[in-house]
Amino acid sequence: MSLQLSSWTCPLPLRNYPTVVMGHGSGGKMMSDLIQHLFAPLLKNDLLDQLGDSTVIGLSQIANGNSPSNLRLAFTTDSFVISPLIFPGGDIGELAVNGTVNDLAMSGAKPLFLSAGFILEEGLPMETLGRIAASVAAACRAANVQLVAGDTKVVNKGHGDGLYINTSGIGVISADINIAPNRAQVGDAIIVSGTMGDHGMAIMSVREGLEFETQIKSDTAPLNGLVEAMLAASPEIHCLRDATRGGLAAVLNELASASNVGIEFDERKIPVRQEVHAACEMLGLDPFYVANEGKLVAMVPAAESESVLAAMRAHPLGKEAARIGSVVEDHHGLVVARTAIGGSRVVDLPAGELLPRIC
Amino acid sequence: MKYIDEYRDEKVTRGLLDEIGRIVTREWKLMEVCGGQTHSILKSGLDQLLPPQIELIHGPGCPVCVTPLELIDKAIALAQRSNVIFVSYGDMLRVPGSERDLFSVRAAGGDVRIVYSPLDSLKIAKENPDKTIVFFGIGFETTAPANAMAVAQAKRQGIKNFAMLVSHVTVPPAISALLESPDVRVDGFLAAGHVCTIMGYWEYEPLVKKYNVPVVVTGFEPVDIVHGVLMCVKQLEEGRAEVENAYARSVRREGNEPAQAIINEVFEPCDRPWRGIGVIPQSGYKFREAYTYYDAEQRFPDIQTIATKESSLCISGQVLQGLKKPNQCPAFGKECTPQMPLGATMVSSEGACAAYYRYARFAKTALQDLTQKSNTVIPSEARNL
Repeated sequence: MSLQLSSWTCPLPLRNYPTVVMGHGSGGKMMSDLIQHLFAPLLKNDLLDQLGDSTVIGLSQIANGNSPSNLRLAFTTDSFVISPLIFPGGDIGELAVNGTVNDLAMSGAKPLFLSAGFILEEGLPMETLGRIAASVAAACRAANVQLVAGDTKVVNKGHGDGLYINTSGIGVISADINIAPNRAQVGDAIIVSGTMGDHGMAIMSVREGLEFETQIKSDTAPLNGLVEAMLAASPEIHCLRDATRGGLAAVLNELASASNVGIEFDERKIPVRQEVHAACEMLGLDPFYVANEGKLVAMVPAAESESVLAAMRAHPLGKEAARIGSVVEDHHGLVVARTAIGGSRVVDLPAGELLPRIC
Repeated sequence: MKYIDEYRDEKVTRGLLDEIGRIVTREWKLMEVCGGQTHSILKSGLDQLLPPQIELIHGPGCPVCVTPLELIDKAIALAQRSNVIFVSYGDMLRVPGSERDLFSVRAAGGDVRIVYSPLDSLKIAKENPDKTIVFFGIGFETTAPANAMAVAQAKRQGIKNFAMLVSHVTVPPAISALLESPDVRVDGFLAAGHVCTIMGYWEYEPLVKKYNVPVVVTGFEPVDIVHGVLMCVKQLEEGRAEVENAYARSVRREGNEPAQAIINEVFEPCDRPWRGIGVIPQSGYKFREAYTYYDAEQRFPDIQTIATKESSLCISGQVLQGLKKPNQCPAFGKECTPQMPLGATMVSSEGACAAYYRYARFAKTALQDLTQKSNTVIPSEARNL
């Protein structure tokens, strides 16, 4: 007896699979079902619906009001490998969209299009995948970007951590904007958009099973709206960085090095949530080194700092914005903090993984 | 934050510093025993604010730093075994052994896990009945009660697949050893507040009499430390040598008796080697006879014969005895950085070298020297001299 391959379908329709199986990455019927029944209904848009090997975008869709001769594109990519996949305040899907949106926004670009590659581990509950795909869709809507290209692969059980996502993004930069890590100038005001350390401590609290009295939530958020409001207040902003891995300390060190300037800030002026502060004290960690996913650091000419701060505080993601210090002539490449008791110390790049102290 | 901010208050600190400035008439060398205090001093910049007559010498009280190389190598050998889950406090993972650290064992496929409490390793033991869970039981009297509790609980609950690699050390014998050493000249000690919270401070009373040196039990926040310094300087200026308590919100003379009881149930004193210093008599704990089943060194007798090799550049022994400052080491910030540590003192956030590296005051001249020598952009890891 021969099997009629052309008419053969899996006896179990996809929607009855409670978990991802290797077949979902086969390129065949199961994969097409996964795309049609799970991803497409959530992520559908005209460009994605082209369903070609690549998505073709007309220049007029990119220009965003700029004349093509002045048009500058920003292009970036980022991969997300966080565990757990769903954490207090967000999940890997939202994080993957916001992370790439924020990388674009930090160059002053208006983010427009994203791609997403999903690497699924065999055995991932379909319900989790659905929830995360829905979260990708919601995050795209919130950030006002379109997901226009995608890919799915499945790896054997034990070869992944449930789900990895890679996102790439394209944005456009207006002609009057010039933001770069090497543009910090002596006298610039240093501004942070809100509390530091929320994301890292939220992840640590669930990963390590630490029970705090109040739940710490990740701050994952798209910062393009906030950046738009800041640029409307002053297009003269010199540097923007989202303070992700390595936290505020890493960003300030990178900017001090790239611009070859000194940086001074006052520890007491840095907004830190009480519960994050307490958790950091318990673990012997410094909130300046802890990751954020919805906070930025800006270097702004001092004369513009008040108007930029006012614009930030009027935005929901910048309510707790604060000026924390200045770019200085001395100690090029070094970041120096004024401490609570009036001393000073050098704040260096973190050495590697943050390790809790023994006692 | 309550109970923190008031101990990091600029005005209060300034008031205490002024008081020290008023009473001090000559130079005094004070040793802060604990690495946590060293960390706090450099993190807050307190070292620059004290009157110039007061020199703080950083003591040997960093458990990560004094754990002997031999034991790190044993830990690494155990962690490499496929039938072992090796469990440790976080900052032990980066401490270099003779050839590698626990991080690289993990990268090579070893099952190495970080916990905050040794009791978590019992949970891991129950979840993995086919593996032996080895906990790295290091630390001073502060971690000893929790480590002892984990062992006692394992015995009570009949958990067989659990063992502990023990390298416990104790403070008072180390202070005696330092005072006996002809090279070490310390005028007064700031004792470690958390060790005294467990053990009390009666142990220091005979030391103070014998060596005629003041000991002040001191906490960890900047205000606590300045308060300890003030009390110590006062004693020295008045010619007194007593045990005083500047950390009364946590420490009683007798200490925490139930915690001492659990230590005594599981452990007994023994001679211990300290990394960089050598063997100090009766300066650590080993398992009592009734608990030797849980001793990882007995459970895995073949890890006994590992040849160790210390870095020839590292001077951590002298740093731990207060004979040299971290930045007097020729390898400091060059061959030795927190990314590529040669010695344990560069690893732990309580290690003096790591604290200097991370927080030490920026010195223009040192920086210029380095720029001229290397003739390149200064790498970030070499900047903090």
